[in-house]
Amino acid sequence: MKIAIASGKGGTGKTTLSTNLTALLAESEKVVLTDLDVEEPNSGLFIKGDLVKEEIKYKMIPKWEEDTCTLCGECQKNCNFHAVIQLGPQILVFPELCHSCYACSELCPTESLPMISQRMGTLKQYLNNNISFIESRLDIGQEQAVPLIAQTNEFVNKAFNKKTVKIFDSPPGTSCPVIEATKGVDFVILVTEPTPFGLHDLKLAVETMNALGKPYGVVINRYGIGNNDVVDHCKGNSIPVLAKIPNSRNIAELYSKGKLIYTELPEVKQELQNIKNYILNLKN
Amino acid sequence: MKIAFTTKGTEWNSDMDPRFGRTEFILVYDDEKDEFTSFDNRAIENEAHGAGPKTSQKLFEMGPKVLITGNGPGGNAATVLEKAGIKIYIGAGQMTVKEAYEVYKNNELKEF
Repeated sequence: MKIAIASGKGGTGKTTLSTNLTALLAESEKVVLTDLDVEEPNSGLFIKGDLVKEEIKYKMIPKWEEDTCTLCGECQKNCNFHAVIQLGPQILVFPELCHSCYACSELCPTESLPMISQRMGTLKQYLNNNISFIESRLDIGQEQAVPLIAQTNEFVNKAFNKKTVKIFDSPPGTSCPVIEATKGVDFVILVTEPTPFGLHDLKLAVETMNALGKPYGVVINRYGIGNNDVVDHCKGNSIPVLAKIPNSRNIAELYSKGKLIYTELPEVKQELQNIKNYILNLKN
Repeated sequence: MKIAFTTKGTEWNSDMDPRFGRTEFILVYDDEKDEFTSFDNRAIENEAHGAGPKTSQKLFEMGPKVLITGNGPGGNAATVLEKAGIKIYIGAGQMTVKEAYEVYKNNELKEF
């Protein structure tokens, strides 16, 4: 059972929801929490555990072999990302732009662009009673989040039983990293806030999930600020609202100390319990 | 000598485009022949990635020794331009092509 916690807008509370929901689920189940926001993972600020595994992750990039190259230009014609450029008598490769698609390498008539591995980040696995926590982190300077997200998903799929509840803390936005993080899940929770900005980006996120054909529900965070447009929009479009987490200074204070929220605030626990029930229902 | 400009048009009175990778046009002035050649780069807006290297490569093909632009190229484009041996002058993003050429001639532009 795979659940992604996503959002259009950043800073709506994906990590707050992911970590608190994980902890609540873990009171009765085995849960896997995976932080797929590999550019800036932060679930680990709230979920601790013993480090049980650490893997260096690599991506494949082409390396130009000058001696056999005939400068035919096929490689740059075939690269959709302009990661391979022919400049007179030389071929330049830009590893940060490379999507590891192998087109330049496979289509090179003289095999002058063999693929070599390049380190892109690390994956760490922690264990804390019922919680397995997995965090992937891109190295500084790496621009492509997608390959690391894909390899992290592969790791989780291999390491855990299909039935285990898995929560994926996803990157924000609606671009490639989000697609990679959500395309394999069974259900997506879209976190938003009841503001015009929140609604604007929620609509984009909903459009994205419709295009992917994913079932989804909405959690409204900081409920009480802004206006009623998000609620009205969800109602008008038959989008289920799974929970409304109230806006409160207490939450911000607990968060700023790296603490879980639901254990201290019963009104939050009740809302999370509703989400938990919804997920366990989906599972059965 | 050929001098390239990042521009929003193809004449002396056209505005400069302050961007490098996503410039609308590349305008090359040959001061020996007193003539312009230009490249319409507007299709670049459909490219999500790699605009800098792509525009750099086009610029390389046009053969200028000098580039006059606004903000200056990003890291990837700068790598290409450096390998291509093109000198880059920046700070002309808010001028017309003619004004940019004149301040370049007066050595008033900053080298990148």
